[in-house]
Amino acid sequence: MNQDADKILEVKNLQTHFFTDEGTSKAVNGISFSLNKGETLGIVGESGSGKSITSLSLLRLIPSPPGKIAGGSILFKGEDLLTKSEKQMRSIRGNEISMIFQEPMTSLNPVYSAGEQIAEAIRLHQKLGKKEAWDKAVDMLRLVGIPSPEKRAKQEPHELSGGMRQRVMIAMALACHPEVLIADEPTTALDVTIQAQILELIKTLQKDFGTAVILITHDLGVVYETCDRVAVMYAGKIVEYTLAKEIFTNPKHPYTIGLLNSLPRLDMDQEELTTIPGTVPSPYNMPKGCSFAPRCPHAKGICEQAVPDLQAIGPSTEVSCWMFTPQWEKAYDAQEKVGI
Amino acid sequence: MFVFIIRRVLQTIPVLLGVSLVVFLIMQMVPGDPATLLAGEGATKETIESLRHELGLDRPILYQYVDYVLHAVQGDFGESLRSSRPVLDEIMVRLPITLELALASIFITVVLGMIAGIISATKQYSAADISIMIVALLGISLPSFWLGLMLIYFFSVNLHLFPVSGWGTFSHMILPAITLGAGGAAIVARMTRSSMLEVVRQDYIRTARAKGLKEYIIIYKHGLKNALIPVITVVGLQFGALLGGTVLTESVFAINGLGRLIVDAIRTRDLPMVQGGVLIASVIFVFMNLAVDVLYRYFNKRIDLN
Amino acid sequence: MKPEVVINNTELNVKERKSPKLRHWKAFYKKFKRNKLALVGGYIVLFYILLAIFAPLISPQDPYEIDLVNKLQPPSAEHLMGTDDKGRDILSRLLYGTRLSLTVGFVSVFFGAFIGILLGLAAGYYGKWIDTVIMRIVDVLLAFPGILLALAIISALGPSLINVMVAVGVFSIPMFARIVRGSTLSVRKLEYIDAIRALGATDFTIICKHIFPNILSPVIVQATLRLATAILSAAGLSFLGLGAQPPSPEWGAMLSSGRDYLFSAPHIALFPGIAISTLVLGFNIFGDGLRDALDPRMKK
Repeated sequence: MNQDADKILEVKNLQTHFFTDEGTSKAVNGISFSLNKGETLGIVGESGSGKSITSLSLLRLIPSPPGKIAGGSILFKGEDLLTKSEKQMRSIRGNEISMIFQEPMTSLNPVYSAGEQIAEAIRLHQKLGKKEAWDKAVDMLRLVGIPSPEKRAKQEPHELSGGMRQRVMIAMALACHPEVLIADEPTTALDVTIQAQILELIKTLQKDFGTAVILITHDLGVVYETCDRVAVMYAGKIVEYTLAKEIFTNPKHPYTIGLLNSLPRLDMDQEELTTIPGTVPSPYNMPKGCSFAPRCPHAKGICEQAVPDLQAIGPSTEVSCWMFTPQWEKAYDAQEKVGI
Repeated sequence: MFVFIIRRVLQTIPVLLGVSLVVFLIMQMVPGDPATLLAGEGATKETIESLRHELGLDRPILYQYVDYVLHAVQGDFGESLRSSRPVLDEIMVRLPITLELALASIFITVVLGMIAGIISATKQYSAADISIMIVALLGISLPSFWLGLMLIYFFSVNLHLFPVSGWGTFSHMILPAITLGAGGAAIVARMTRSSMLEVVRQDYIRTARAKGLKEYIIIYKHGLKNALIPVITVVGLQFGALLGGTVLTESVFAINGLGRLIVDAIRTRDLPMVQGGVLIASVIFVFMNLAVDVLYRYFNKRIDLN
Repeated sequence: MKPEVVINNTELNVKERKSPKLRHWKAFYKKFKRNKLALVGGYIVLFYILLAIFAPLISPQDPYEIDLVNKLQPPSAEHLMGTDDKGRDILSRLLYGTRLSLTVGFVSVFFGAFIGILLGLAAGYYGKWIDTVIMRIVDVLLAFPGILLALAIISALGPSLINVMVAVGVFSIPMFARIVRGSTLSVRKLEYIDAIRALGATDFTIICKHIFPNILSPVIVQATLRLATAILSAAGLSFLGLGAQPPSPEWGAMLSSGRDYLFSAPHIALFPGIAISTLVLGFNIFGDGLRDALDPRMKK
């Protein structure tokens, strides 16, 4: 993780807050991660963990108001995106960094043809004429495996199936050969068989184009299949940051372990699936200490009082948990404290 | 689509029959006997009786209704009690004027309403938005007949810019069209605004942003077209309110249209005329609604699917 | 015996539900209070209601007293809004007219809402052919453009303020029927209604205790907005000479008499128009605010 030259994107202490009537929600609360050229980073978490907000923050697409990037930096090829003008950002969006979304059904504009929506991005960023852009859009549709692309390009989204629409979204996102592709739950809304096809497509195209991918998902299985490294998010923070393979064989954080235990696995003889007790804390009312402490089977007094830092515990693993700190042995038990 | 149109046209038949039945029944509620009224004062009992028979009033009410509908379908709405001319003839003289007024007003409703709504939505919470929304609130609250009188007072009586009343030239049309169209424009503006605000929250707008498009292209290319689809329905409904509103506007500006014909007919108790006028105005509205439905369906087919 | 059981039941229920219900209304009040504009609407309506109640006490003059010597007087210290074509004090007439407009508004909307709710409940609850028949009737009533239906009714019944109430009331029926039917259908589909029925509840108790509370907020919102329309329509009909008859101080009728003096005494037409507009505006923004606070889904 130290080959700095290969780093295309580096996020440092990113904070995205939402200011609403109910109070301030720290949806993304100081996260840091990096992305190397051509690799795939998975960001895993339950809904409400801040993973989608993270992805939108990278392109500065947070609806404002009520949202606002409150701090940190997003270094893309060494330059901080947070200091760029809106105009500079526009030339990056869809061009150098592009994004595909969870809902292929609603993410395409219903009143324009698929080809037009792809060609629009090409015209914008590559300054091509109408005809050339259209031809390139058709090429892209062929590339993402849509049969008879000339015909499909002229069709409107309502004439396409869900899987087909997600292919259109991918074609649109990759049309300008971006260096980073952010895929926000690209397969969640699709049928299982289509899911596998779409993931395979992303993987193939990633190799062909050399694109680095950030894959946002709640599905650990998808991470195992596609990612090199993974960041597990909980309540706006990264709790574990490690290699994708590592997380299955040697998970560290109690939350990651909980997630894995709630996953049906074919390679193990499971008696029953376990669930993590309790619920994600309200973003308006975060616990003082570790945000997972109220649900953690190992929590001690220290967990409720202070937030643990994300720190390296191995060559490629970082965890934010008091259990992996020297303080752990000295800490007294939460239950005991309550008992007194 | 073709099937939809056929089905929708067939659906209007019971509605039209219902409308004619309501109009017919309302006229049955009128106290007094039309034959006595028609025969005039001092008519003998025999004259009235024979007139009743002639008019078919001695037959069962259902028979009378069927008879009424069969005649109406052929364009026979009876004769005016006052002028003794066929009702349809009188209406056809007045109808073009009312339609002209209605079209001019719908133009104001649509153009003014949409422009104001778009400005409001794109500049949400700005001074322009707030003033447009306040004016729109006033627009739906002002009685059109009062607005008409005040416009006459300022622009015709004081400034002599437009004629006080009458119909015929373009300048005759302006004040009545504003009077009649203002309320609708206010409603369309409110609708356009909320529809635009709804649309800019949609996923495909986020997609457009992620593409790196400029904000005004996002709004006008990706937002507007979608936002205007629900507005079509409102415009259709406004056409009905507008058609009814001609009654008041024509009265204020002394325009000899269908609305004024109906009001005068009510005053002189010329029942066949009221019946015919209300029925024809309703039939126009029913067909207008049909057109709007088909149009809406055409634009909405893409959205309705999810 | 039976009623006793029912009474006990409701008492129990009230006790049980008190706290969530209270919280519900508190949340509504909080939301509503934040909407400053809606609050202004509420105050306008309240102001007019007070004017109507105390009209005899605060009217400077007799609204019917003819004084031909002082006719068509512009506003002055003696007549704050001037006098009309018969020398009557316009301010006093407007104050008394408030009573008429509010009465016409409330009575007609109550009438329309009552019948509309019954039709909507029947259509939504019983469904099948009852629904079909009722909704076809509603379609027919909605096929009349604007106030033409009211006009037709008045042409049959004859011009009078009472008939205006009937006509405007009928004009309101289809809106209420549609809204109530929609809400009834959505509650009707819920599983707990079937459970209650299985426990032996009659249609009547289900409708009164479970469906009616759910349709209440959309009905209140619709009624408030409808009051604005009703007052406008009634004034319009009187303006055409089909409603209140002279010497009634009805606002629309006053406006109508002012049109002949637009050149020499514009104030006769000016003030009744302002009165109608502000009252209607009050109901409109009050209704908008209620809708936003009670039922955000209806926001359109």
